[in-house]
Formats: sequence, structure tokens, C-alpha cells
Amino acid sequence: MYEVIAQGQGPLFMDPDADKARAFFRQKKRALANKVMPLKDAVAQFVHDGDYLCIGGFGANRTPVAACHEIVRQRKKNLIFAGHTSTHDYQILAAGESFNRCDIAYIIGIEIRGLSPNARRYSESGKVQFCEWTNYALALRFKAAAMGVSYLPGRNVLGTDTFKRSAAKIGRCPFTGKTYCLFPALWPDVSVIHVHESDIYGNARFEGIGICDLELARASKRLIITCERLIHNDEIRRHPSHTLIPHFLVDAVCEVPFGGYPGNMVDEYFSDEDHLKLWLESEKDPAIFKKFMDKYIYGVDDFDGYLELCGGIKRINQLRAEEHMIDLRTQRSECHA
Amino acid sequence: MPECNTMELMVIAASRILENGASVGVGTGAPLAASMLAQKMHAPDLVIMFEAGGISPVMCKMPISVGDSRSFNKALMASGMCDIMESCQRGMVDYTFLGGAQIDMYGNLNSTVIGDWEKPKARLPGSGGANDFASFCWKILVITPQDARRFVEKVSFITSPGYLDGPGAREKAGLSDDTGPHKVITNMAIMGYDRETKRMQVESIHRSFTFDDVQKNCGFPLLKAKAIVETPPPTDKELEVLRKEVDPEGYIISKG
Repeated sequence: MYEVIAQGQGPLFMDPDADKARAFFRQKKRALANKVMPLKDAVAQFVHDGDYLCIGGFGANRTPVAACHEIVRQRKKNLIFAGHTSTHDYQILAAGESFNRCDIAYIIGIEIRGLSPNARRYSESGKVQFCEWTNYALALRFKAAAMGVSYLPGRNVLGTDTFKRSAAKIGRCPFTGKTYCLFPALWPDVSVIHVHESDIYGNARFEGIGICDLELARASKRLIITCERLIHNDEIRRHPSHTLIPHFLVDAVCEVPFGGYPGNMVDEYFSDEDHLKLWLESEKDPAIFKKFMDKYIYGVDDFDGYLELCGGIKRINQLRAEEHMIDLRTQRSECHA
Repeated sequence: MPECNTMELMVIAASRILENGASVGVGTGAPLAASMLAQKMHAPDLVIMFEAGGISPVMCKMPISVGDSRSFNKALMASGMCDIMESCQRGMVDYTFLGGAQIDMYGNLNSTVIGDWEKPKARLPGSGGANDFASFCWKILVITPQDARRFVEKVSFITSPGYLDGPGAREKAGLSDDTGPHKVITNMAIMGYDRETKRMQVESIHRSFTFDDVQKNCGFPLLKAKAIVETPPPTDKELEVLRKEVDPEGYIISKG
């Protein structure tokens, strides 16, 4: 038992009791069942008002953007959101005012592209209750949940105001007497992770960095997988070492080609910097931004409609060339390193 | 000295601090440009790590995000956040390279709020991975413009730990032994920290600036190192590589 030395003042939005989580996972179905459905249905069925929601990827990289749009389009409300490595995902969900509580690691910023004016307005409006964490602190919270334990220690956050506004505790190590920050497990109600490939059962794999998605997939009570392509189960079984998320974690599989646009999807398409700039520009004036949202999110039936408005397959092909660093005109590689 | 803007000057001065063979956890923005320049100039074996999972990429195009595909282009490994941060926590990462909205004399960094946390004048992104890197890595490097609104007596919020309130405070808080702020690189000077007091001290001043210029643009009294030297000016080669190979799109250097 740790001796508790200090306690952050922030709100703990979720119960860190491992036995309650086990009781949930006990009844979760393990069978190989076809879970393919339209994204619209998956969001309607698995994302409920008031849920704790996590979005995989890293801001605008391998992020399930289509799912964020659908959550906003279905006007889900009062969500608790993990602002973990979030950039464009936070920007979209803030535009929908979809959440009213947020565990912060990184919000509002769109990395070197600048700060989102609308996300900042919403975050400063008093409508959202916040708790401060860091990227690794939230990663540890997912990792603890994935492990089935109620907390994990870390040597970060200590000594700072980030700690004071967190819901972490500081405790003494029973072996060494040294001081550690203790992070409570976080089992999200629902998460969405975008991958390259999945079979119909939800055996899923992606290329490139994992970010925090392996931990997040295992921590989540319900999991929606959106994928660039559905592949046959035979292909999964041919390369079992490539499977990163097994089917029994997954509740819905949605085939959404280009579902990470305007973000980057490694080996598929680079981020659409012009369109991300349009978001930031439109947000400067709330009246203009309302029109932007009406056109691009509320005015379309689904993500295909958004892609068409943004230039469709022609634009995607340009972003493919950019991803592979090929000059479309000369067909030469732009990478000389 | 060749013509260059303040951002170019900062990025070049910062890039020289990273020695070949060292490992560095890199944050978004100017630190990324400095690390990339170091890799192309004098430190081809610099182990560059990004919090999202990229390890030792060949950076032929500047990543726009520390998690985009360029951050692990031809990399040695595409890993994940826990692996990266735990390598830092285990003691295998020499430097972290960060930005920040506000910094105080002990190198504490604020990227969370300006003003009161409950009712902020401005809400900023928060820690991201900065607190983690600043807690775990051996030496913290910060790159930020010399400006009294950034170099403040008291930061609104300590997001990421410097020396907290002085000597011994990091260890007392439970942070790893012998870690902490190392250098601050601005457009006017390079600052280090006094060994005894852990306060920021001017060590090197860029050509055409004086100690008074640096002090005037700093909201707290700066110490002077025993011998303050002149920063060697950017070379034509450094500027050429920075402009043509590191940031031809001007994501960073156009902000100078």
C-alpha cells in the first residue's frame, strides 16, 4: 500500500476500480461475428450522450476524422473527452460542442499550424470542466486499464501545477521510499481507432507508429474500428504477427476509405494543409465558421459528401503523391536524403 | 555575418548544441527544425525521438506534426508513446528540446494558461509531452524568442518542471536525480544555469547584441557567466541547409 503524500485537486471523471471493469469485460462477446456496419450506425449504436470518448491516432495523423464528423453530425452531447495528443479531433468535437468535460494533455493547438480560434473560444467559454494531465500520464492511465490494474506510477508531473490540477496522487514507493506520481486507470466507454486494414470481425492492423492505440484499444469498453480497407480473414491468418488489435476488443468495423482526411495516413495520403488552413481561417469569425460547419459537416449526409466538397479523388491523388514525396509533374522523388 | 532573421538565428544556434551520437526527445515547432538541421550538419547519428513513436527518421522533408509520416520516414523504428517516454524515464535520452509560452529564472515552463487557471486570459494547449520529457530527460533545452512577456518573474502555471523553486527542489519533488534545465536559446543569447543557485545565466551573446539588450528583454534579473562569449554567427552553409533542405516551405523560419 502506497503512503499518499499529496492529491491533485482535479475531478476524476471515471471510476478506476479494476473489478468493475472486469465485470464489464466478463460479458463482452468473444465470438468471431461479422461486425461490419455503416459508420452512421456504429456511432448511433455505440456512442451515447454522456459517454467517455477517446479518439485514436495523433491529432491529425491516422485519426478517425470521419467518426468525429459523424459524432458531431448526430449531435452527441455531454461527452467526456480525452484531449490526448488531440489536435484536429478536438477542433471538430469543440465545433460540435460535443463534450462538456475534458481530461487535457494537449488541446486547441494544431501543432505548428497554430491555435484553433474556435476550440480556444469554446475552451475559454466556461462550458467545459477540465482536468490537467500530460501525454504520458494519460498513456499510463490507458496502460493501467489495459493491464487490468487500478493505477500505475510515473516519475513525471511531480512538482508542477499540472499535478495540482490533475486527479493524480503522489505516493511513496514501498520498496525504495522514493516519491512517485500515481495515475488512476481510465477505461473509456467508447473509443474510435482508424487503421489501414481490418477483417469483418475486427482483427485489425495498421502501418507505422502505434502512438497510444494499442493501449487504448485494450482499455476501451467499446471500440469502433474504421479502416481504409476491409480484408479477408485469410489474409489476417496468413500474417498473425501483423495483427495489432484482436477482434474480441472490437464492437463495430466500418470501412471508410480516406477516413483520416484531411489528416495524414501513413503510406496512403499526406495531410491536406490547404484544407486545414481553411478550418483555421474560417474559425476566426464565428458567423463565417457557422456557414463552414453547415456546408462541410451538417450539410452532407456522410463523409463521402465531405470528401467531394474537398476535391474528391483528384485531391486525394495529389495527397497520395505528397505522401510518397513524388513530384507529380516530373514523377521524380522529392526525397534526396 | 550573412543576413538572417531571428528565427533562423535561434534555430542555427540551437542546432549546434546537439552533439553527434546523443539522443533527443523533440517537441513540435522550432526544436524540430533545430534537430533536423543538426542531423544534416554535424550530427548524422543523432538519435531523434518523437513522442508519437518515431525513432531516428531520415528527415528529407520537415514533419509538420511530431506524429506524421515524415517523423518516421526511413526510421529505425516506428514505435509508440509508452516506449519513447519509458526510454526517457529509464535514463536513455540525453536531451529534450522544447518550446514554451513562458519561462522563469529556474527554467520552469508554462504552456497551459496565461492568467488564472480557473478564468484564464488565454487557454493554451497544455503539456502535451513536454512535462514528461522535462521530467525524464537528462538535459532540457528550450528555444524561444527573447521577450519580456516570455521571460517572466513568475509563470502563470508550471506546466513542465525546470528547477522549480531552486536547488534540490526537483529531487525533493521526486523527479529523477541530476536532471534539469541545461540551455535556453533565444535570438539574442544562449543562457545556461548557475550551478549553485540554479538560476538562469547568460553564457553567450549573438553578434550585434549586448548583455543589456538581453536583460531589457527579460522580466527577471539574469546572472552572468564568468566569461560571456560571442556566439559564432551562422555560416552560409548552415543558412543554406536550413532554408533549402530543412524548411523550404517556411513553416518555422518564416515566423522570424
